Amino acid sequence: MEDFKPFFTNPFASPIDAIPLLSEDLFWDKVILAVNEEQFRVLSLFSASLKQTWQIWIVLGNDATGLIKVGRFRVVDNAYTSRTELLSCIHLFEREIYEQSGILPRNHPWLKPVRSPHQSACSQMDFYSIEGEDIHEVAVGPVHAGIIEPGHFRFQCYGEKVGHLEISLGYQHRGVEKALLGMPKANHLKQVEALCGDSTTAHSTCYAQNMEALTGIKISEKEALIRAILLELERIANHVGDIGALSGDVAFLTTASYCGKLRGNILNLTAQITGNRFGRGGICIGGTRYDIDYALAQTLKTQLKALQPKIMGAIELFFRSPSVLDRLEKTGIIPQEWVMAYGFTGLVAKASNCLRDVRTSYPYGSYIDRDLKTSLEKSGDVFARAKVRKEEILICFELVQTLLKELEMIAHVQIQKQQNTALPAEYFSFSMSEGWRGGVAHTIITDDKGDIQRYKVVDPSFFNWTALSLAMRDGQISDFPLCNKSFNLSYCGFDL
Amino acid sequence: MFFILKERWIQGYNTSAFPKVAPILSPRFVGTPQIKGACATNCTACKDICPSDAIKLETKPMIDLGRCIFCKDCEDVCEEGVISFSNEYRLAQTSREALHVSGEIEHIGMLVKREIRALFGRSLQLRQISAGGCNACEADLNVLGTPTYDLARFGISFAASPRHSDGIIVTGPINEHMREPLLRTYEAISEPKIVIASGACAISGGIFHANDVCSQGLDTLLHVDLYIPGCPPHPYTTLHALLNYLGKL
Ligand code: SF4
Ligand code: SF4
Repeated sequence: MEDFKPFFTNPFASPIDAIPLLSEDLFWDKVILAVNEEQFRVLSLFSASLKQTWQIWIVLGNDATGLIKVGRFRVVDNAYTSRTELLSCIHLFEREIYEQSGILPRNHPWLKPVRSPHQSACSQMDFYSIEGEDIHEVAVGPVHAGIIEPGHFRFQCYGEKVGHLEISLGYQHRGVEKALLGMPKANHLKQVEALCGDSTTAHSTCYAQNMEALTGIKISEKEALIRAILLELERIANHVGDIGALSGDVAFLTTASYCGKLRGNILNLTAQITGNRFGRGGICIGGTRYDIDYALAQTLKTQLKALQPKIMGAIELFFRSPSVLDRLEKTGIIPQEWVMAYGFTGLVAKASNCLRDVRTSYPYGSYIDRDLKTSLEKSGDVFARAKVRKEEILICFELVQTLLKELEMIAHVQIQKQQNTALPAEYFSFSMSEGWRGGVAHTIITDDKGDIQRYKVVDPSFFNWTALSLAMRDGQISDFPLCNKSFNLSYCGFDL
Repeated sequence: MFFILKERWIQGYNTSAFPKVAPILSPRFVGTPQIKGACATNCTACKDICPSDAIKLETKPMIDLGRCIFCKDCEDVCEEGVISFSNEYRLAQTSREALHVSGEIEHIGMLVKREIRALFGRSLQLRQISAGGCNACEADLNVLGTPTYDLARFGISFAASPRHSDGIIVTGPINEHMREPLLRTYEAISEPKIVIASGACAISGGIFHANDVCSQGLDTLLHVDLYIPGCPPHPYTTLHALLNYLGKL
């Protein structure tokens, strides 16, 4: 087997044997060739222990063709040569590999723990620091001033100007990847739902798709529609909340308070479907847990129609105000080159004119053969990230209406609840879905008994926290709250 | 300015009439369970399916609302109809034992204590600490500040510093990495202070209780004054809990 073949499409399962096992050097040559010449990007990179030997696995995806390829190599002497200097986007993955398995990426330029300094092979925790008489350090967190998850930010400042911001996470680490190992059980899906609580549907879809790919379950058209409706409602709710939070941060309280309230209204729509405002319990292996019948579809349609002008009106106020725009424009710029180099994804990529969206590139479920509108901005600043959200909200409103209309035609079909979860032995599966922050990717590897041997989660925040750190360079420290909100990344999604 | 006024007119008045008027929740909202009738012999279906280990079975199931994530899976598998969940959102209790349900509960009683009312009845400032919370609990606490719930009209608000606070409200399963920051924040608050555990995770570790880096709940570390069940608790559950606890109902 020469290349990373065969190609796959999202989601898929394959016997492990079919995945090429290369030598370390050949593996990296292929990876670098695929990224530099063939427009592939790294979707996941992790270590897995198979039959008592460590292997490094990579999943690469091509946004233009939707093809996915997978490769692996066997680790010799518990170390390999780091490729971060050639491929910036894997810098965190390599640190993670070292932390999770003790495999040393030799010559990694910044080999710090990712989440667990105590359990990690390295306990080197010194912060990056800039030396100089006029330099001062600002430390923020882990406990922040608002109602928000914990994390630590370390700024190196020259006066008001930020030289570097180092983001130190891991405070939220709950050991979820480890808890998902072994025989599949009911608790697993619940932990996945709460992996990143504001992206419940995105993560649980990934989990379910993997399980379905492994066991060969096909979900019905109606169930796929319900999944998509839940996912899009999640997107609208979070985007509306984010624009509200951004306006709160620039002290434009009108939009902040309307959006705060209107976000709640969207969450209540989700609650009408699943009983829970965050869509908990909405998705199960083999379909969806709750049905949408004709009457409910009608109600949702009417309520969405009534909410749309209110939401767009509140947001329009924000975008109409010159003093607001003045704060957003040219703040926290992420140029497109950085997106390419560091693998930023989802919303951050779209705001820098780079379309990265699982729904269009690696379509799944109801998104297959759907002509999806997308929103792109060029300026890569806080304004662009706000604008992408605004456009996406509008697109999502239309999309949910369409999905509901399609659902009405098959409203009489009963949803089925399957729960067959005996997994095949020595299989690999991979699935993605597009959460509101960006693409979520889950990987499962089973052992010779069909138990889960490795569960790997990649939340978009795993890539994008680096973007926040870079966006602050040479910015004003007073811009930090605004900049941070414009990304609004997940702590627990990163910390796992 | 004109547009702002016009928009204000379109958006209308948004604050709910709670607690005078009861909130309207989704018909699918899962609230307190009722346990009645007799189980089939040797049936352990509910206990087996529960993702959160919230059910103890003796002659009848006993559900620990501090552990329960209100997923209703146990109701679905119970063929005898012993377990059924209602739409009742008023769930909070001041003791851990009171969260154990093994019969039919009517409605929780008044939770107010005279000294709490005297101390904090007019103003309560809370410091929120997320200790491994998944951001759903946090989001639904944040929402209490929006015009719909408008927590501040009851004299309750969230403070930015522990030095300005009368107590903490904790979310998440208090994982290893947050234990110390949590305790240090608690210590930074002056006496008298109250401790609230919000959500299944904070009460008992919730769905994460068996993970080796998570705890079995806040009361393994501190004395807890108020428990608010849910995953996450509905904002009205929290609002009702706070008002009830402060004697403002
Ligand atoms: S509703 Fe509560 S008790 Fe019943 S299965 Fe779900 S978590 Fe367990
Ligand atoms: S109780 Fe539920 S919603 Fe709250 S933090 Fe835990 S998992 Fe998240």
